[in-house]
Amino acid sequence: MHKVVEATKEFLKTDIPEFGSGDTVAVDVRVREGDKERVQRYEGVVIARHGGTSLDASFTVRKVTNGFGVERIFPLHSPMIANIDVKRRGKVRRAKLNYLKNVIGSKAARIEEKR
Amino acid sequence: MRGLIGKKIGMTRVFDEDGRIVPVTVIEAGPCLVTQVKTAKRDGYEAVQVGFGDRKLKHTTKPLQGHFEAAKISAQKVLVEFDKVPGFDYKSGQSFHVGLFNEGEFVSVSGTSKGKGFAGVIKRHNFARQRKTHGNGHTERAPGSIGQASDPSRVFPGMRMAGHHGNSKVTVENLEVVKVDIENNQLLVKGAVPGARNGTVIISK
Repeated sequence: MHKVVEATKEFLKTDIPEFGSGDTVAVDVRVREGDKERVQRYEGVVIARHGGTSLDASFTVRKVTNGFGVERIFPLHSPMIANIDVKRRGKVRRAKLNYLKNVIGSKAARIEEKR
Repeated sequence: MRGLIGKKIGMTRVFDEDGRIVPVTVIEAGPCLVTQVKTAKRDGYEAVQVGFGDRKLKHTTKPLQGHFEAAKISAQKVLVEFDKVPGFDYKSGQSFHVGLFNEGEFVSVSGTSKGKGFAGVIKRHNFARQRKTHGNGHTERAPGSIGQASDPSRVFPGMRMAGHHGNSKVTVENLEVVKVDIENNQLLVKGAVPGARNGTVIISK
């Protein structure tokens, strides 16, 4: 498989910060409206990372807006992502935090901060 | 020449200038060496035969060894014939690489599809499944009726039934060339390509 990685090297981003499940991140997403481009911020808890270091890698960010859970899956190396800010490192015991979907109340407060 | 022989490496995805995801297949194509130039005068038709990939001499039959010797090249794994481009002077031993293709161009890719063995009509011909309940006697995946009654008293030829599926030549047309990497002899082609990884494929314009 390493030949596949080699072939797509130029598309790989090198400035991705280190983050994982349980971390709170703010993702700056480029939004194109007509011929204007602006940056939209999306902040939430990373509940899953997929695809390791490959170009196919993605991550899922969950937040609760007006009582509704919202999850967005971002391709890690997408040029539509302008920047990723790691706001808070969370201490969690599993890689996929799907249990958060069933947790009612302020869930971000439930993840302890990593020291 | 109008095509190349290559090897399927695998699939991944890349991003286009609008940030959209494009699924691509990585193909290692060429360099292909001309093993024989066929002419209408000598062979009855015009074509250029090229080879791709290395093969050990001890695994090459004597007639093929002589064939490669005549072209003064090392033993090749696969031999394929392509149409000639009129006006181009082909010579044995000439080498062609992926520079033959341009980004944005549309190509056809042929390969041998993955074998599925003896498959039923649902997998092989996309038939619908029967009911699992309401008195059905375990005929969920059966084909159903295959014809009429005492007239015509036979099954018409070409009736779609269970049988061997896959492991046949499949061509996918109009695949966009996303990237050409001459240095690594690689092509990125949009979409899927027939066959398993490491399978031989023929890319043609």
